[in-house]
Amino acid sequence: MTAPLLDVENLTVRLAQGRAARPVLHGVSLHVAQGEAVGLVGESGSGKSVTCRAALGLLPEGAAATGALRLDGDDVLTMSPARLRELRRQDVSMVFQDPRASINPLRRIGDFVTEGMRAGGVPRKDALRRAAELLESVGIREPRAALRRYPHEFSGGMLQRVMIAGALAGEPRLLLADEPTTALDVTTQAEVISILTRLQAERGMGMLFVTHDLELAAAICDRIYVMYAGRIVESQTAEGLFGRPRHPYTTGLLAATPRLESDRAPRGVPGRPLSLAEAPDGCAFAARCAHALPRCGEGEPAPRDIEGAQVACLRAEELIHD
Amino acid sequence: MAGLLLRRAGGIAVTLLVTSFLVFGSVHLAPGDPASFLLGGRSASPAAVAAIKEQYHLNDPFLVQYAKWIGGVVTGDFGKSAQFRQDVAGLVMARLPTTLWLIGYAALLIVIGGLAFGAVAALRRGVVDRLVLVGTGIATATPSFVAAIGLISLFSVQLGWFPAFGNGSGLGDRVHHLTLPAAALALTFVGLLARVTRTAMLEELGREHVEVARSRGVPGSDVVRRHVLRNALGPISTVTGTVVAGLLVATSIVETAFGLSGVGQLLVSSVTVKDFPVVQAVSLLVVLAFVTANLVVDLLHPLIDPRLTRPKGGTA
Ligand SMILES: Nc1ncnc2c1ncn2[C@@H]1O[C@H](COP(=O)(O)OP(=O)(O)OP(=O)(O)O)[C@@H](O)[C@H]1O
Ligand SMILES: [Mg+2]
Repeated sequence: MTAPLLDVENLTVRLAQGRAARPVLHGVSLHVAQGEAVGLVGESGSGKSVTCRAALGLLPEGAAATGALRLDGDDVLTMSPARLRELRRQDVSMVFQDPRASINPLRRIGDFVTEGMRAGGVPRKDALRRAAELLESVGIREPRAALRRYPHEFSGGMLQRVMIAGALAGEPRLLLADEPTTALDVTTQAEVISILTRLQAERGMGMLFVTHDLELAAAICDRIYVMYAGRIVESQTAEGLFGRPRHPYTTGLLAATPRLESDRAPRGVPGRPLSLAEAPDGCAFAARCAHALPRCGEGEPAPRDIEGAQVACLRAEELIHD
Repeated sequence: MAGLLLRRAGGIAVTLLVTSFLVFGSVHLAPGDPASFLLGGRSASPAAVAAIKEQYHLNDPFLVQYAKWIGGVVTGDFGKSAQFRQDVAGLVMARLPTTLWLIGYAALLIVIGGLAFGAVAALRRGVVDRLVLVGTGIATATPSFVAAIGLISLFSVQLGWFPAFGNGSGLGDRVHHLTLPAAALALTFVGLLARVTRTAMLEELGREHVEVARSRGVPGSDVVRRHVLRNALGPISTVTGTVVAGLLVATSIVETAFGLSGVGQLLVSSVTVKDFPVVQAVSLLVVLAFVTANLVVDLLHPLIDPRLTRPKGGTA
């Protein structure tokens, strides 16, 4: 296998703001290859967004990171500010959750889409021409006119397409999508997802797709990482995860996903999600786990390779659910 | 747009009419016999008193007096000053240039100083921010006559850099003469605008689109200019408009302190000798300034925030 496009190795992020100091990510390792769609799934507060933003070199204010986060071998964590800006303009870009909040409401759509290109020195005319092409490729009609309009003149779904166009402007090799459809209504969600996956495939970009919807992740991703309390607890292929979830938390998440074909009501994962700071020694999920043993509380379970899946659970072999 | 302007002009006319009535009424209701004030306390023959009463229509009922006055005002006739025995309009017009220069100069200092200090405080949290907060706190609390005395004793008496007195003539000389008065006039409002700017920018700095812009590789200075300062312009322009209109009132103290013969000083001297026609005219001018500033700010706002004019709604 060639070196992955994005390679996160043992990434630990601590918030270090006086009394609020606490860890938010612990030993996260993941990778995304060129052209591969990878899902990152977990409950609210598990650290999905922090992981995503770290790939852009954006850490919470005053946070300290250890480990490595490499894009094509270059460590993002140690880049100079100038190199980091270049990375953000050309190599990695992100589609954010709420387009209404993420696009400046007082500036034109054209200003938004061309902003990165302009910062990279592309002349205004060329940038606008390119922006119109991009708007067209995300399915916005009359792209030339749209460039001169303002965000409030667009619906949420259209604005998310604008955001995608803006993210593609620098021809990135890696696209980060942080819950890109959570703020949209159901019908527009499907449209935006199909645009995103089509463009990802057409352009051969790597994509890290963040969601708390395991089913959605399985539908569009090749591989999926499951995150709990700032740690990766399981990773395997989408089919593998659905067919044979190894970690009790994954099993719980799957049971919590509403299924159309079943009339069984979804069961939520019992208990409340923990943040990493609250997590005790040992397995962070132990307190909510139906299969926890006393030794689960003793040491943090290391991820182990089980038939192609990485699982951080002491009892993974015993608990395979078919 | 034309319709809007027309409606606004109508609104301004109504505002001016109502305030003119209030101004006239309050001057009329001031205690004491207007005739004796007009005579400046001198004892006069009954014939002279009668002549004065006749000239200022003091024998007519209040509403008739008002009607006669406002009738003159709309044709540009504000009456005669009792103090100077001159047309009020000419008196005010002669003093207006000095005052406008002073206000313009002070407004420039307020905008530059307010934006600079406010932006620095918002962007450099910590020691710099606290210094600016303390400084603007002191500036806001300093009355302009105190500032005037301080500036005169330092820059005029001790260092001899600027004159302490007089209007000056010609551009350079004028600016030289008006520097200390403008600084004294601006000080309080620099503090005010700096605080408004700081708060507005801090609020905008926390917005998601600011972080998104950074995440797209836009250099920090462009992010501040195009997202933070740009989006903070709403409150900044509102406060600036009100402050600049209010400068006309604030000039009275500064013009008196620096011996400038402007409208503010005219107001002060007219109030002391109860020169009613002048007081009424200057009061109307103050109202006009506020109304105009409001209009300018209201016309600017849709340019600052397109959501105020453009239709809303999802399209295509
Ligand atoms: N800028 C920040 N300052 C302080 N704490 C932060 C910051 N960003 C994230 N955190 C904390 O880090 C933890 C992980 O947050 P993160 O946003 O990555 O969760 P998430 O998995 O994306 O959740 P969600 O599904 O709600 O988006 C949370 O406990 C959160 O409070
Ligand atoms: Mg998130």
